[in-house]
Amino acid sequence: MLSPPPPPLSLSLSSVMDAGSVGSSYKSSSRCPLQEQFLQRKNNRENLDRFIPNRAAMDFDYAHYMLTEARKGKENPAVSSPSRDAYRKKLAETFNMNRTRILAFKNKPPTTIDPIPQELLSSYNPQTKTTKPRRHIRQSCERTLDAPDIVDDFYLNLLDWGSSNVLAIALENTVYLWDASNGSTSELVTIDEESGPVTSVSWAPDGRHVAIGLNNSHVQLWDSTANKQLRTLRGGHRQRVGSLAWNNHILTTGGMDGKIINNDVRVRSHIVEIYRGHQQEVCGLKWSASGQQLASGGNDNLLYIWDRSVAASNAPTQWLHRLEEHSAAVKALAWCPFQGNLLASGGGGGDHSIKFWNTHTGACLNSVNTGSQVCALLWNKNERELLSSHGFSQNQLILWKYPSMVKMAELTGHTSRVLYMAQSPDGCTVASAAGDETLRFWNVFGTPEVAKPAPKATNPEPFANVNRIR
Amino acid sequence: MASRTVAKDIITLRGSAAIVSEFFGYAANSILYNRGVYPEESFAKVKKYGLPMLLTQDEGVKSFIASLTAQLSEWLESGKLQRIVLVIMSKATNEVLERWNFSIETDGEVVEKGVSREKSDKEIMREIQAIMRQIASSITYLPCLDEPCVFDVLAYTDKDVAIPFTWIESDPKLIANPQMVKLHSFDTKIHKVDTLVSYKNDEWDEQ
Repeated sequence: MLSPPPPPLSLSLSSVMDAGSVGSSYKSSSRCPLQEQFLQRKNNRENLDRFIPNRAAMDFDYAHYMLTEARKGKENPAVSSPSRDAYRKKLAETFNMNRTRILAFKNKPPTTIDPIPQELLSSYNPQTKTTKPRRHIRQSCERTLDAPDIVDDFYLNLLDWGSSNVLAIALENTVYLWDASNGSTSELVTIDEESGPVTSVSWAPDGRHVAIGLNNSHVQLWDSTANKQLRTLRGGHRQRVGSLAWNNHILTTGGMDGKIINNDVRVRSHIVEIYRGHQQEVCGLKWSASGQQLASGGNDNLLYIWDRSVAASNAPTQWLHRLEEHSAAVKALAWCPFQGNLLASGGGGGDHSIKFWNTHTGACLNSVNTGSQVCALLWNKNERELLSSHGFSQNQLILWKYPSMVKMAELTGHTSRVLYMAQSPDGCTVASAAGDETLRFWNVFGTPEVAKPAPKATNPEPFANVNRIR
Repeated sequence: MASRTVAKDIITLRGSAAIVSEFFGYAANSILYNRGVYPEESFAKVKKYGLPMLLTQDEGVKSFIASLTAQLSEWLESGKLQRIVLVIMSKATNEVLERWNFSIETDGEVVEKGVSREKSDKEIMREIQAIMRQIASSITYLPCLDEPCVFDVLAYTDKDVAIPFTWIESDPKLIANPQMVKLHSFDTKIHKVDTLVSYKNDEWDEQ
């Protein structure tokens, strides 16, 4: 019982015999002598018989400590005095809680993930990495306002959002102003029965003056801050004025008579030019951002591009391009904010297409069938996206990715064709008015915070930076 | 041979250490494969523990695990290894995402006195097999590691272990407020290995 019986280790038998010891290590030469010493020392002190039963009663951790502590003693033979051992035992008990050492390899495992996944990453991660986090597009409208008695007429333009953040909407004979910054509503003017209804409204770029086209072919100019009429433009058209477009001090009016008239609102004889081309009512009218080109769409299914320099010259035709690809009235027109000569146009019922044009060459770049009449088009100022509004059967708004024309969202809510759309000055919110007599606000183009840095990047003029330096 | 498998097999300290370190080698490979730390195609299938197991063919990873298990068996033989932890971290931020914790209890008497124990090989294999199955199925509940990850192995040893030349002391790389799942254990009668995986709470589910 004094010395433990030799372990029945098959492999270690020979070494046990050779060494004549009871050490359990049978191979490791570095460990073997230590083990022997340990046991010999115990034998020398004749305390092995006491030690073993004690240990059996002790907890495992302590036993472990004893074992390892004994080893240390062997490595420094000088310190193996009984008093020191006792002290150490005491010390070890005190530090019992802190017996662990955490080790890790100096050499870290190779990150072989690098070579292959890097390629994978470049092929599939950029979408998530380089683009901004996908923005959430709310499918429902932010706010709904009543628009009673709104004229449900595809050929009119009764909604505009000015640069001073005031929305103008014409409801039959009355033009209302809705201030988007505080939500207050005011009436600008009510036209008398025989002149009305109002057929178009358009804010001047200053956000102060409003042009109002009337059923009686007149156009009124109003100062919205003074709530005062400034002048009436008459004598140009013979029928109602359904479309208006500003180009600085030039107010362009499009009439049911097919005429497009440039009016200089500063001078007494205001008619500067008359563009003749459309055979039927002009319902879409938009100046490009540069103010050089005018796009006009009519009930004759034609889209004209007018260039100021061409119109002023003695060219055989006034227009730059006469585009016949649409098969229904062209009302929805939108100039691309990030590509100067790119125009989007939408066809009415029976056409259903959105077409993209290079207005320099007149080439049709793309045509997408939307499945419904296109009443209005708006570009996102901050992203390459286009919003279209539709009629039967969904009466929805569709957000398209440009140029892939992947549908990003379809916004439903209106119960009748969405005739008119206007964009807030910050480019984020869209107002839509429909035949269901509601005005709805949609936060489709992102939040203003996100939008702020973006406009810098979208520079329509290629050398605008150069101009700024000079 | 047949009579040996029926009877209890004799297990020595060294044999037990070999079983445990080999187990850890396979477990580490399985974790690296199943958690997608290294690409799928860098692993090859072998048969082990009555299961198809995947072993990395990447020379760097292979040699890392080989030198690791060699050191582990040395510590296991001296009974100084308390725990092995395989840590999976985000490559970009070094944030610890998962800790695979293998706690080891060593029978002190065996280390001390060199006695041996008896347990059938088959039974040990069955226990290890259960753990391996659990590791493979862990992907069903562990959060998706959707970013490039790296791994590291921590060895918790007794305080008096001389630090080998190739090792350094490390912090425990703990996860704050982790989710924990205990897996099966196996026991060679000399070393008892408890397996536990802790992972970062997925805040998304909380909301």
